[in-house]
Amino acid sequence: MKRVYVNEEWCLGCHLCEFNCAFANSGESDMVKALKGKPIRPRIRVEGDDRITYAVSCRHCLDPLCIRSCISGALHKEDGVVCIDREKCVGCLTCVLVCPYGAVQPGPDGAAMKCELCLKNACGEPACAAGCPNRAIVYEEREEGQA
Amino acid sequence: MPGIDYFYPEFEVVRRDERCIRCRVCERQCANEVHRYDPERDMLISDEAKCVNCQRCVSLCPTRALKIVRSDCRLRENANWDGDTIREVYKQAASGGVLLSSMGNPKPLPVYWDKLLINASQVTNPSIDPLREPMETKVFLGKKPDRMTRDAGGKLVTDLTPQLELSMPVMFSAMSYGSISYNAHASLARAATEMGVCYNTGEGGLHEDFYKYGPNTIVQVASGRFGVHEDYLEAGAAIEIKMGQGAKPGIGGHLPGAKVGPDVSRTRMIPEGSDAISPAPHHDIYSIEDLRQLVWSLKEATGHRKPVIVKVAAVHNIAAIASGIARSGADIIAIDGFRGGTGAAPTRIRDHVGIPIELALASVDQRLRDEGIRNNVSLVVGGSIRSSADVVKAVALGADACYIATAAVLALGCHLCRTCQSGRCNWGIATQRPDLTKRLNPDIGSQRLVNLLTAWKREIMELMGGMGINSIEALRGNRLMLRGVGLNETELRILGISHAGE
Amino acid sequence: MKKYLIIGGSIAGVSCVEGIRSRDKEGEITLVTSEPFSNYGRPLISYYLEGKTDVKRMSWRGEDFYERNRVDVRHAVTAEKLEPEAKRVLLSTGEALPYDALCLCLGSHPFSPRFEGVETVENRFFFTTLSDALALEKTVTKTSRVLVVGAGFIGLKCAEGLRDRAGSVTVCDLAEHAMSANLDADCAPILEKHLEANGLRLMLGDTVERFEGQTAHMKSGQTVGFDVLVIAIGTRPNVSLLAEAGGGVNKGILVGEGMETSLPGIWAAGDCTESMDVSAGATGLLAVLPNASLQGFCAGVNMAGGSERFDKGIKMNSIGFFGLHIMSAGTYTEPVYTELTDTGCKKLFAKDGVLTGFILLGDTARAGIYTSLIRERTPLETIDFEAVKKEPSLLPFGQDYRAKKLGGAV
Repeated sequence: MKRVYVNEEWCLGCHLCEFNCAFANSGESDMVKALKGKPIRPRIRVEGDDRITYAVSCRHCLDPLCIRSCISGALHKEDGVVCIDREKCVGCLTCVLVCPYGAVQPGPDGAAMKCELCLKNACGEPACAAGCPNRAIVYEEREEGQA
Repeated sequence: MPGIDYFYPEFEVVRRDERCIRCRVCERQCANEVHRYDPERDMLISDEAKCVNCQRCVSLCPTRALKIVRSDCRLRENANWDGDTIREVYKQAASGGVLLSSMGNPKPLPVYWDKLLINASQVTNPSIDPLREPMETKVFLGKKPDRMTRDAGGKLVTDLTPQLELSMPVMFSAMSYGSISYNAHASLARAATEMGVCYNTGEGGLHEDFYKYGPNTIVQVASGRFGVHEDYLEAGAAIEIKMGQGAKPGIGGHLPGAKVGPDVSRTRMIPEGSDAISPAPHHDIYSIEDLRQLVWSLKEATGHRKPVIVKVAAVHNIAAIASGIARSGADIIAIDGFRGGTGAAPTRIRDHVGIPIELALASVDQRLRDEGIRNNVSLVVGGSIRSSADVVKAVALGADACYIATAAVLALGCHLCRTCQSGRCNWGIATQRPDLTKRLNPDIGSQRLVNLLTAWKREIMELMGGMGINSIEALRGNRLMLRGVGLNETELRILGISHAGE
Repeated sequence: MKKYLIIGGSIAGVSCVEGIRSRDKEGEITLVTSEPFSNYGRPLISYYLEGKTDVKRMSWRGEDFYERNRVDVRHAVTAEKLEPEAKRVLLSTGEALPYDALCLCLGSHPFSPRFEGVETVENRFFFTTLSDALALEKTVTKTSRVLVVGAGFIGLKCAEGLRDRAGSVTVCDLAEHAMSANLDADCAPILEKHLEANGLRLMLGDTVERFEGQTAHMKSGQTVGFDVLVIAIGTRPNVSLLAEAGGGVNKGILVGEGMETSLPGIWAAGDCTESMDVSAGATGLLAVLPNASLQGFCAGVNMAGGSERFDKGIKMNSIGFFGLHIMSAGTYTEPVYTELTDTGCKKLFAKDGVLTGFILLGDTARAGIYTSLIRERTPLETIDFEAVKKEPSLLPFGQDYRAKKLGGAV
């Protein structure tokens, strides 16, 4: 299965992935209209210090703790992709409590929000990877345990 | 100097605020610190005085809110004292220093390539469709026999002196590790390997990680002898003695100590943080005979298994110089024209010393033919080969292959801001700062170089096919395929071509 | 073909089905549940009252879960007797179900001390099942005065759920602070202030001594008039089915790392069990939904011949009241980091070089990184713990860790 992988060596800490993510999931067709003057709520997050940067988003774990822990059954897998049914989610944030990567966060409506690989939005493939200027974020198949 | 800025900044940062989403990528990506976010006003502000117009911010701005334009704040028009000239006077009056620049000569001097036109077949001689018929772009660089010889038993003698095999007549010219980044080198090495051509270490030695690309590497020996040792010489496919460089003929090089980090230091075999100064001349070469000794020393050191290139800048007596080199035992002469690039050169030298490569090539090729020694050497020319058309014209003028460097760094993202000497290359090419060098991912860089060469190769085949020529071999020195436009009699004579219409 | 029998149709039972089916697509699975409803997460019932979900959306794995997994499900049926020698379970319907592998997902039952006069209270409820919530929904009106006994998370979530439906909601608890099992004296007042600001009346350090019809006489001497009473003091694991059959039981059913009980062929999972809490280094009741799910799945895999381990169990809880989120996990040993403001707090606890517990109130972003440290028992000396304390991120874990986790499938 194709996933979003991060090559830390090439991350520039430019944060474009966060903006591309927020735009892709905004439902708008114009980035300025989608993002200008608003706080963004990306599903990917750049972490690091002044030396190291890298982006973190849902790993779509083989055996996701979030799905096991979700009290509403809103989190589920679709063809390997960890998806959230935001209608079912009641916003208890147990997923935030258990995700070892800090990759789930509450959305503006209180329901949890996470990367779904842009497979359901207009982008069609992860906007973070598509827009990464240095291929630090890639969307590809990798073997289990391969780094 | 206190007080006054004598001139308004050269560039203006135009930010269309209605498009700016405050993502701050411009701020994060500008090593010159032009952009700054002001949280109080929630807006990005610019200090255009620091802008070098490298367009990194422009390229990364996700909403195209930015552009960099030339400032229209001008001094009073004066055809003699133009703005740049006055600016340079101000600069020197303030600093007292030699002006430094980089990349190639930007002055509006004639570009002869643009005054040469290529022939095509019509009616009486068929053109060739490279998609349907074989088309050979492969070249071998090195000394060629003048005639076939047979041994005592009557068998054909096929022993050749060492040759450099290239899949197309283009190589990446010398750029040292130090002047450009590790990742730039990695990109060049990988692309050269994939394309079956060569890249060139420049005078900075060969990083241990790149020995595996040896069969596609030309190792350079320059006046500072940085990084030269037995394994280094053995590693390459050919050895190049650098006598001169088109961007700065007659002077040496200077890599500031700040760029000599642990890796560069180890590769160059010099102490960390020390300035790497290449002397203007090789202190052991004051004559063709001295050069011949070095050529032979290098051949002896590598068992006569590698061709030796001698690289010189195109200067006034280039034909005579080349004739000497062709008799020195060198296998290949590389000539670098005055528009060639550099990581740093004194501005006056870059802009005023040397001659155009087109004229140098034509006169060298002619001179070697006239002297009957053209087959002693192959000719490689560089110094602003900008396109496949330039390559075809160069081959028709007599070159065996071309060196490209500016085009290569452009492919890697260079925007020709010509401030390599600052060490703050925002594209991760001409810098050693780790936060900047990581901006050039060799996966991307090598792919872009491969794309460029692949495209050029296709175009070369198209152009050759149009002329009814199916190999580089058949195009080389075929000046009948060229005509000049807007050239005077002398220029036409030196180039050895007729005027268009003739 | 192997016969699987699961007693209990809540999260542990459903996860047990998933565990079995991950290895055995063919075996016959029968599931017996006292619930009339299809599978749902019990903690949802307060959100139901709040109007954040409805019965249809509450289904944990979908209405067609049993059908998809070819499970013979018996709703509203209870298991009366376990006969381990005969390998069968007698049901309330009189039927005897044989099994090759049995999983007990018996859950827990609400616990209530004997209150004098409680039988005189007309509208009294527990709050653990959807049936409880539906009954409350019917009873509570806009003018109802609701009294909730117990300010633990069940009682408070119930109170939150009822606030907009009732005239008034009062919560009392003998403990000095709200959520005394999860919060300490530093953190609890922030929550209490927030609850009161959102319209709940709290009576802490005080509880009911006796009831007299619609009046509660409190220990403090006060009286509280009410129309609806909810008793939310706590729950106790359902152990009797196994205990009576001779299986090992303490407070809960004793299980090993593979969720096996002391009787062969019998596993147990969920709130009815007592298992190893890695943050305490001792067994305990880990009765929270994520554990029920993990345990059920683990038991299911092992019942089908696999070798799954539930060896990272800790208590953990994420809960929100009127927009204020509280997360807590593990065991509160020695406090190693405290951040306290008017609207939030953060406390980390560590012992023997590993993180054992935390409390977060307000800012809960990326709390899972702390949870993971506890569950994995990551030696704190191997990471930059000083940095993690301040802000949970993957930076302090080092490049190798990130290369593995972010650069490969995990």
